[in-house]
Amino acid sequence: MNNFSYARPQSAPEAVKLGGVDATTFLAGGTELLNWMRLGISAPARVVDIGLVAEMRGIRKEGNSLWIGALTTLAQIEADLLVRKEAPVLAEACLRAASPQIRNRATLGGNVLQKTRCAYFRAEGQLPWPCNKREPGSGCAALEGAHERHAIFGWTDACVATQPSDPSVALSSLEATIAVVGQRKAREIPAAGFHLTQQEATRIAAARGREAQVETQLGAGELISAFRVPLGNSTRSAYVKVRERESYEYAAVSAAATIVIDAGRIQRVRIALGSVAQKPWRLVEAEHALIGKPLERAVLAAAIDASMRDARPLAHNQFKVRLAANTAVRAVEAAGKRT
Amino acid sequence: MDVEISLRVDGLEHRVLVDTRTTLLDTLRERLGVTSAKKGCDHGQCGACTVLVDGRRLNSCLALAVAHDGAEIVTAAGLEATPADGLHPLQRAFIEHDAFQCGYCTPGQVVSAVACIHEGHASDAATVHEWMSGNLCRCAAYPQIAAAVLDAAKKGDLA
Repeated sequence: MNNFSYARPQSAPEAVKLGGVDATTFLAGGTELLNWMRLGISAPARVVDIGLVAEMRGIRKEGNSLWIGALTTLAQIEADLLVRKEAPVLAEACLRAASPQIRNRATLGGNVLQKTRCAYFRAEGQLPWPCNKREPGSGCAALEGAHERHAIFGWTDACVATQPSDPSVALSSLEATIAVVGQRKAREIPAAGFHLTQQEATRIAAARGREAQVETQLGAGELISAFRVPLGNSTRSAYVKVRERESYEYAAVSAAATIVIDAGRIQRVRIALGSVAQKPWRLVEAEHALIGKPLERAVLAAAIDASMRDARPLAHNQFKVRLAANTAVRAVEAAGKRT
Repeated sequence: MDVEISLRVDGLEHRVLVDTRTTLLDTLRERLGVTSAKKGCDHGQCGACTVLVDGRRLNSCLALAVAHDGAEIVTAAGLEATPADGLHPLQRAFIEHDAFQCGYCTPGQVVSAVACIHEGHASDAATVHEWMSGNLCRCAAYPQIAAAVLDAAKKGDLA
């Protein structure tokens, strides 16, 4: 691990000021950052610990939305009665992430910024294989290697990694926004567009001459301060996570759904898939096709299957197309059963 | 970069100069000689390093010591003992239920179990399995561990 200086600001403006220097990393819960530093994924010269910034912590109702500070832990969110009532999909996604010990420390802001679990990426030191995320221009070992857990949407030959965050999938289905502060003006980014697929990143890089391995809309020195979840459409919502063991495991695939039903007909539905792309993958076509339809398994399955037509599975993860579609059906059904 | 911090560990006050890179686990084991918390994976995957920090369980390998200046730490060795046998009720339950073989994961399991019960997550075996999932036992004593946690929760005589 590199030697680094350490600062612990008390306010967001102070944190942003300290974070505006090159080679500086923000530390929140640290459950991801410490492993990045051990593996050599991150080697900051300065660490700005934002753990004491009280204004970035907590959950409260603000008008017709829920404000969740970026430093709120996954354990606090999963246990919060307001979240469980108004947006159960988010409470469930937090509950199914990581372990109880990690959820006591890991923050929502840090969680959405976690990096892929690709084993070629998460290895220590100088890698004996190519990885464009670790060594730009070196290639992608997973493309022709072990990629059962990798992307079926949005990937390029340069990288086939997925984003593993559970809460991000819920936030996409909730059409939440992510509040960001930095040296520039504070702004809000839609959660559904916060992460970038490899295809999107390539387009942005071509347009702006930026690094092609960019993974989110977050700019240099910017800091997530809070999440805003609109209320009213998500009391019926659910998160379904499919994994190789029952607990403390990343998703093979997951699905988040929010639904509004009136007189047995779907008025509005949002469906996001997790661990199938480098961003939560919305099934927009199905969301449109299901308006006015009854909440019946065959109807859901037909619309969701059609919405998966543009999936591009790799040689060893073709099972994920069927698994993801079935998981999405289960999530919509589970959301619909809520009262 | 070195920073002086204070920690209260198992009831004792310490002031210690740490490099900013030092984890809470390494500070406990290498600097303060508190070896109850174990280093298994050093990546937050096994739970052997679980300690209570200001009453909440967390992986001490994923925490920088400098970020916990002033914290109250409790390890399995610092759990309040019953005078009669010098054991915390959960330690006794682990012995009674034969809830270990090699014992390497046990201090982390015991601390995690104290928190699991305190959080209200020891209602039945399935719930205990879910809420103890952050502690791996490579000897696979899981059924006995769950039985010990449920038994201790039922007796309700936790310190």
